[in-house]
Amino acid sequence: MPMDVMTGNSAQAYGAKLARAEVVAAYPITPQTTVVEKLADLVASGEMKAQFIKVESEHSAMAACIAASATGARAYTATAAHGLALMHEMLIWAAGSRLPIVMGNINRAMAPPWSVWADYQDSIAERDTGWMQFYCQSSQEVLDTVIQAYKVAENHDVLIPAMVMEDAFYLSHTFEPVDVPPQKDVDDFLPPYDPPVKLDVDNPVGLCALVPPDHYMEFRFKIAKAMEDSRKVIQEVDEEWEKKFGRSHGGLVERYRMEDADAAIIAAGTMSSTARVAIDNMRDKGKKVGLARLRVFRPFPYEEIRQIAKEVDSIGVLDRSYTFGHGGAFYTETAGALYQAPERPHVKNYVIGIGGRDIPPKDIEGILEKVLTKEDGGEVEWWGLRTSGSREVN
Amino acid sequence: MGKLTIPQEELMNSGHIGCLGCGGTLAMRYLLKALGKRTMITIPACCIAIMSGIYPRNFLKVPLLDVAFETTAASASGIRAALDAKGIDDVYVVGFGGDGGTADIGIQALSGTAERGDNIIYVMYDNEAYMNTGIQRSGATPFGAWTTTTPVGKGGDFKKRPKKNMVEIMVAHDIPYAATASVAYPEDFVKKVLKAKDMDGTKFFHVFSPCPTGWRYSPEMTIQIGVLAFQTTVFPMYEVENGVYRVTKKPAKRKPVADYLKLQGRFKHLDDETIKIIQKNVDRNWEMLLAKAEFTKKFAE
Repeated sequence: MPMDVMTGNSAQAYGAKLARAEVVAAYPITPQTTVVEKLADLVASGEMKAQFIKVESEHSAMAACIAASATGARAYTATAAHGLALMHEMLIWAAGSRLPIVMGNINRAMAPPWSVWADYQDSIAERDTGWMQFYCQSSQEVLDTVIQAYKVAENHDVLIPAMVMEDAFYLSHTFEPVDVPPQKDVDDFLPPYDPPVKLDVDNPVGLCALVPPDHYMEFRFKIAKAMEDSRKVIQEVDEEWEKKFGRSHGGLVERYRMEDADAAIIAAGTMSSTARVAIDNMRDKGKKVGLARLRVFRPFPYEEIRQIAKEVDSIGVLDRSYTFGHGGAFYTETAGALYQAPERPHVKNYVIGIGGRDIPPKDIEGILEKVLTKEDGGEVEWWGLRTSGSREVN
Repeated sequence: MGKLTIPQEELMNSGHIGCLGCGGTLAMRYLLKALGKRTMITIPACCIAIMSGIYPRNFLKVPLLDVAFETTAASASGIRAALDAKGIDDVYVVGFGGDGGTADIGIQALSGTAERGDNIIYVMYDNEAYMNTGIQRSGATPFGAWTTTTPVGKGGDFKKRPKKNMVEIMVAHDIPYAATASVAYPEDFVKKVLKAKDMDGTKFFHVFSPCPTGWRYSPEMTIQIGVLAFQTTVFPMYEVENGVYRVTKKPAKRKPVADYLKLQGRFKHLDDETIKIIQKNVDRNWEMLLAKAEFTKKFAE
């Protein structure tokens, strides 16, 4: 099969194009810029039939996507870090409006101090907004997930928006071979957006009105239920994708060498690729270790995590962000999911790669050694601090 | 029998929950009469968002999208883009915001929409303060006014800066049409909407919408207040078409601003000296407007 070679950001743009996004509204921010540049090229050349609104801020980008989606158009945007933070209000609005917008987010650390490098603080801070969150590890997965995300989000049992994450620079600007599926095949997979309700002069409705306490709670419960129902849809859509295109991305959690593993790490994004090298090295030395890659963080895959807890004695959770006050979010959610599990293995949090710091295989091997020995000494460890070496917190 | 000058069809249901004598509801009613039912509208947080009714009620017979406070114009742009994507070209898209939602928190998005020239109609219904939240000062509150955040007190802490001139700001965006209008003169308003609605680009209307609750006057005086604002030229009627100013309606004889101010409790603390300052500013603005109309005449196509 002939492959194209492209960056994660190009893969975002081609994903949106193949999904036939009808309205794009976006504002530039490093390292997302090449996504919107690519989309601008695709629209200008006529390869992509879309209205591209060059808005004056990310806040307006999401506002325009919301309005376009409410009018029945498939909407796409992309952002990063401070752009995502500026959108915060509108992220909640999009989810509350039950609009299946898909957005690329190039995970970048938050300032100050200024940083443009990979870190999940931006999207982790938006976990409670009601968006699905997909974390990708390759350009191929980025392209495939943008298309899959529309199919999941537009399912009438779901109707909540989705973020498709890629790591700043490690993925956004790194060229990789990518199979770009033919438009016809994508069209067969993803039918046009068919909203149950929309703005239409022939059937006028008012959307997003004031709702008093005797109804508001039901609206929120429906979002909660849709998020629960999305688990099955995410899994089914990935399986359908595999049938049609010959590759799966693991549904909610992708497992690597988990058969007979004694210990596992939970990680996401590009560090998962590094983790596979580390795991291969450890396996060569006879150490039974594996990887559970969090592909989806919202909805949180607690069933899959509990299954892993049944299989291993010890889990290390790697967080490329920190929730000040208590651990990384992947860790606290994993630990929370395991409280209800019949078997609870040893669990420890490793905070690593903050602000784009490199994560070589030897660091993950070092963590895996510790996970195997169930080393105690605090719940949370910041791995590889420059000033005082590894230091434990709480 | 006289000839009806305003379309008869009502696209706003009766029974809204606005205050008695509300000017803003008239602005909405006349606007929709002018545009007709093939209209979509975005409304931010403001009085009208509440008046339209609590779920599941809705006072409009056209599609309505309630949007976040600062997003009225960006949302209208999004609707227009979706309609363009669908090949629907016979629908008017309206952003309908209050003065705070337009001149303050929504000005960035509005500026973006106008700069891009997105094909929408933006209406600022101006009641000169954040009325929905309880009469806090906005960028459109006039010099001299009491509000709950310019409470006068012993130190005379009324609003000390003039209101932001939104028409001028919009004209600076090189849009095809910007105009003032008043709920006291519906024929003038409707005429302007009919004139501008099919122009390509962003059209802007600044609609004077007296507010009995916030301005502290009796509800039956809304139209009288609007008439006096016109007669004193506190709020003149004009339009700017491709940069060319035209005064659409001139008072036969200008009345002193005190006639306008004295009817409203929000100005009751003003002494003669301050009223003189206001009169001077109003005179100056009126003369400048006439001068602009005279000067730009030659640029009319």
